[in-house]
Amino acid sequence: MSALLEVQDLRVTIGSTAAVRGASLAVNKGETHCLVGESGCGKSITALSVMGLLPRGAKRETTALRFAGEEIGHFGEREMSRLRGDRMAMIFQEPMTSLNPAYTVGSQMTEVLRRHRGTPRAQAVDRAAELLARVGITAPGLRLGQYPHQLSGGLRQRVMIAMALMCDPELLIADEPTTALDVTVQAQILRLLATLQKDLGLGILLITHDLGIVARVADRVSVMYAGEVVESAPTATLFAAPEHPYTRGLLSCVPVPGKVKRDEPLGSIPGVVPRMRPGFTGCGFRDRCGQASPACEGTLPRQQAGPDHELLCTLAPGWHGRNAA
Amino acid sequence: MLRFILRRFTVAVLVALTVLTLAFLLTRLSGDLAISIAGPNATAADVETIRQVYGLNRPLVVQYFDWLGRAVQGDFGESFFFRDRVANLIASRMGVTITLGLVGLAIALVVSLPLGILAAVREGSWVDRAVSLVALVGQAMPSFWLGLVLMITFGLNLGWLPISGTGSWEHYVMPGVVLAFSAIPSLTRLTRSGMIEALSSDYIRTARAKGLSRLSILVKHGFRNAAIPVVSIAAVQLGFMLGGSIVIETVFALHGIGYLAWESISKNDFPVVQAVVLVLALIYIALTLLADLLNAVLDPRLRTS
Repeated sequence: MSALLEVQDLRVTIGSTAAVRGASLAVNKGETHCLVGESGCGKSITALSVMGLLPRGAKRETTALRFAGEEIGHFGEREMSRLRGDRMAMIFQEPMTSLNPAYTVGSQMTEVLRRHRGTPRAQAVDRAAELLARVGITAPGLRLGQYPHQLSGGLRQRVMIAMALMCDPELLIADEPTTALDVTVQAQILRLLATLQKDLGLGILLITHDLGIVARVADRVSVMYAGEVVESAPTATLFAAPEHPYTRGLLSCVPVPGKVKRDEPLGSIPGVVPRMRPGFTGCGFRDRCGQASPACEGTLPRQQAGPDHELLCTLAPGWHGRNAA
Repeated sequence: MLRFILRRFTVAVLVALTVLTLAFLLTRLSGDLAISIAGPNATAADVETIRQVYGLNRPLVVQYFDWLGRAVQGDFGESFFFRDRVANLIASRMGVTITLGLVGLAIALVVSLPLGILAAVREGSWVDRAVSLVALVGQAMPSFWLGLVLMITFGLNLGWLPISGTGSWEHYVMPGVVLAFSAIPSLTRLTRSGMIEALSSDYIRTARAKGLSRLSILVKHGFRNAAIPVVSIAAVQLGFMLGGSIVIETVFALHGIGYLAWESISKNDFPVVQAVVLVLALIYIALTLLADLLNAVLDPRLRTS
């Protein structure tokens, strides 16, 4: 399968922080790729890099950044703005503040289509109403004339999703789209994303720190730590046979009904994600890792732990099995 | 929306009534009006006659309601000095002051909005610092001094613009610029801070993610939200300009309301002074009301809550 989005060796520095240190990932057509990791590990920055939306002062380098087979790494602001909203769209964590308070839902939705396709207003309004209905909003005609402050958080996120779909994008980047919402609304939004993906053949890059979400919607998972993708595998493989010490730590923090014994503490990873300075080499996890060795300060080998299962670690795949034995 | 308008309108009417009452009380508190009208050489009989003629011998409450009733109808009595109805005097001078105020406001907006937006877009750069410096210098510059400098440079040395009078549009250029300078610093700073806040907001990130053009992001999404406080302050600034143009009208010999106020104060012309104060206060109230309504038009959160 050809990759819809391919990022190779992405490096982003913001001021004196190396936010992303050589991350690589690929999103296929019609696939949900989850990017997981703790706060501050560079997930959002990776997503913003792909969209060309990095804050001022951030520097981006890649060996390859391909979208639908085309290299877009050298694109300027003008070329990127032609892609954004049209062929790649993004929704954000903060539905309450991501819509402009001064304009109606309809006006904000239609301007995407008018900008990229020059669609006449009446047709754009029809399309907006159709998409609002598509994302499960009742009385779309009424909602089009309303302002963001008249809608709940869940409704606003649905509007954001509908707005992202206006031009039928091939790629949807969702940066923690359900974090700010109630649990019941979270479930609805996730189900909606899954349905839309199936029906429209969207490629979705979903950023989250919630492994429960990953288990439910992801086809493939990449685990990020300190600006690097440390492990990447199909969802079932990753949950069944995690290799990287960080992934294993992360999974041990999740209570699984039936497996967790009463009164036994859940796993945790001591320490916090360190701030990376440019020039830092080796594994960013070594100070928190129980398996660290002097080799972790050198260049890390990228290993195949199985079919389609990549690992960035000095440990050989299967190390935990032998350790336990 | 209707309730919002009604509430603001009621407040405006109450403030206007208070101003009317204060204007009346202040003139009555400043000594015996009959004696000041009669002048230093009048006899006791003259003073008594004047008291009768002007109705100053009636109880204060009766005088107040009589005066209020006339004032509401636009009748402010007669000027002692100009031998004309006060209402006519004010009407004939109002045009000059309003023209000057609007010219000043237009120049101020044309200068400060782009400067503020530019400073916000280039926040922290030398452009931003230069704009702040200009705003600071503008704030510190006395208007009569700027007026004189402009007159000497463009009026006398270069001969490009007339230095006094109201004959043509050219007469309004220099006073308009001087008046604008009083509003440019605050409007520029307000635009800058509003734009910086708007541009760092999540909805601007959304606008960028939608691939909108730079112009649409800056103006439609950014400035639209930054403009809400700017509009209120601009309306209030126009009030200041109309009321505060005394110095500029005097320097450039423009026969507007400010000039009229200056003349009548120096001539002890009570009815005129009282009416000018009142009219300027009413304009100020009306502009504040207008600012509130414009705010509601610009901010849907005010309109629909």
